[in-house]
Amino acid sequence: MQPFTTLDGLVVPLDRRDVDTDAIMPKQFMKSIRRTGFGQNLFDSWRYLDEGVPGADCSDRPLNLEFPLNQPRYQDAQILLCRDNFGCGSSREHAVWAIEEFGFRVLLGTRFADIFFNNCLKNGVLPIRLAPEVIDSLFVQVEQTPGLRLQVDLPKQQVRCGEQQWGFEIDSHSKHCLIEGLDDIDLTLERAGMIERYEQQRQQRTPWLFEPVKGL
Amino acid sequence: MAEAKTLFQKLWDSHRVVDLDDGEALIYIDRHLVNEVTSPQAFESLARRGRKPWRVDAVLAAADHNVPTLMRSQGISDELALVQVRALANNCQALGITHYGMDDARQGILHVIAPELGVTQPGMTIACGDSHTSTHGAFGALAFGIGTSDIEHLLASQCLRMRPLKTLRITVSGTLGKGVSSKDLALGIIARLGASGGAGHAIEFAGDTIESLSMEARMTLCNMSIEAGARIGLVGVDQTTIDYLKGRAAVPSGDAWEQAQVYWREFVSDEGARFDRELAISAESIQPFVTWGTSPDMSCTIDGRVPHPEDVEPLRRESYTRALYYMDLCPGMAISDIRLDKVFIGSCTNARIEDLRIAASVVKGQRVAPGIRQALVVPGSGMVKAQAEAEGLDRIFVDAGFEWRDPGCSMCLGMNEDRLQPGERCASTSNRNFEGRQGAGGRSHLVSPAMAAAAAIAGHFVDVRNC
Repeated sequence: MQPFTTLDGLVVPLDRRDVDTDAIMPKQFMKSIRRTGFGQNLFDSWRYLDEGVPGADCSDRPLNLEFPLNQPRYQDAQILLCRDNFGCGSSREHAVWAIEEFGFRVLLGTRFADIFFNNCLKNGVLPIRLAPEVIDSLFVQVEQTPGLRLQVDLPKQQVRCGEQQWGFEIDSHSKHCLIEGLDDIDLTLERAGMIERYEQQRQQRTPWLFEPVKGL
Repeated sequence: MAEAKTLFQKLWDSHRVVDLDDGEALIYIDRHLVNEVTSPQAFESLARRGRKPWRVDAVLAAADHNVPTLMRSQGISDELALVQVRALANNCQALGITHYGMDDARQGILHVIAPELGVTQPGMTIACGDSHTSTHGAFGALAFGIGTSDIEHLLASQCLRMRPLKTLRITVSGTLGKGVSSKDLALGIIARLGASGGAGHAIEFAGDTIESLSMEARMTLCNMSIEAGARIGLVGVDQTTIDYLKGRAAVPSGDAWEQAQVYWREFVSDEGARFDRELAISAESIQPFVTWGTSPDMSCTIDGRVPHPEDVEPLRRESYTRALYYMDLCPGMAISDIRLDKVFIGSCTNARIEDLRIAASVVKGQRVAPGIRQALVVPGSGMVKAQAEAEGLDRIFVDAGFEWRDPGCSMCLGMNEDRLQPGERCASTSNRNFEGRQGAGGRSHLVSPAMAAAAAIAGHFVDVRNC
């Protein structure tokens, strides 16, 4: 995972609530056994005017110029400003892979769906929750200020916009993994002895839980 | 006296391997269900990093999302889908994971087959790379969807890092009216809570209405918890749970059955247990629901009308307007005037035997309306299909003009050939009415199996209570 410490990035607004992962990554483009190649189909049905073909190159497709991601002023944005309940619906991590591959490193919103939020943290994408009034105000500022940039400082847990500054919450484990670019599996496996002890104790009390799933 | 605990707390405590910094815990997972769409990258990464699976005998795999529901003997014609389905079979074979392929009689939607095989049991933790894993909470199990990174984490360690959720108890009392099902209850609750109202929470469904529901109906309710934003739905264990489990393939027998029963019955919330939030619902207030929009909380009762965006709070107005534009509906239109192109009876929400029995009872002796281009019945599993055929339900559907298909997720998400064409409108027993969910440009209305069946006969929505 790509480490994340600080970011000074352009912001693009996506002013819709309840953006679901089907919209972020439509299912027809998920028929891949790889982790890459999803960025070009991010928000496919909103970004393009035609119907996409799975596996095909998108560079010649007609763009929907009303969609913020296609507008010149937001090119190369690395921060996506979202509304409430972003990432709801399906657990597909492909949605986050597409977001990351497209170039976003930070999502700002009031609330993210639980599974999506976790998936972001595992992929070097930082979802930041800010108060509704801050998010409202950022939507206004982004609209009014072409080229608006924000500075995100993960070690200090701060977002800065000119003179304004807001703190944000993140759990210390996710913060550590993001800063170091770690996946947490090795950290868990350092506790292999504890997992084995748990299994042994549990097997004594509830042996049927350890019956193999097979030959049913 | 010991502290009164919620069902969630009991499940959490009994699976906590170790408390970690910052309020997280390492939680042991008893069962891992694996599908073909969200797992390949996890298997690939596991192998690439030289990690060994911790406990393959806790894993059950089946291809469900991508499989065709027609002419299976000819294999999968979609090359991209075939690659995923093959990858799952190969990964499972290489690691020794139990896998039910498309030609296996036990194949089906994972959230249908795990319960019917008895793989899902009370007091367990169950995870799967699919958000509708909440379904299994109907058994008093802690069950939730995870992403692909967590699939790898789980394969490697049999554990997940988690933070305890807040608890929300929804107490439903009274009797659901005739023709009103747990799907309507689910849609009614989602309308009340909103699509994100349950975020960060495990929802426990309680009360005498819930106690009177079958396991199938409870599964429908827990399945839809995620549509209110709650990753976990729960129902406490009772005699209905135990009766459902008895004799199922993976359920313990003999002395172990007796021992297991005693243990399972602990998985209820204690009297006096405290929940972070409570909500009370009267069953009598629930009527057949139909969604009109592009989020599961955009619904109204069958006797209602499509809402006017100006009647809602400003924050929602724009999403209402956008939803009505996408759905091509006018404010003020009667729900019963919405004409349909397709009908889909299926999905992990509503493709169990009880759902098919109810739908069949509505269509029996009638014909699908001429305006309906396609009416599909897709059983949730091979076992549901066989049972339905033994009861003659397939004949009822086919005689009425429905297509009787092989099991899979099918048109719920349109990853296989079963999908809506742009502009087509569908009455669907599935769980999501998102833009493009059932096919790019398709328009989905979520309803119960009875309401979908009645709509197929009428060609538009009708109140099944009058059928």
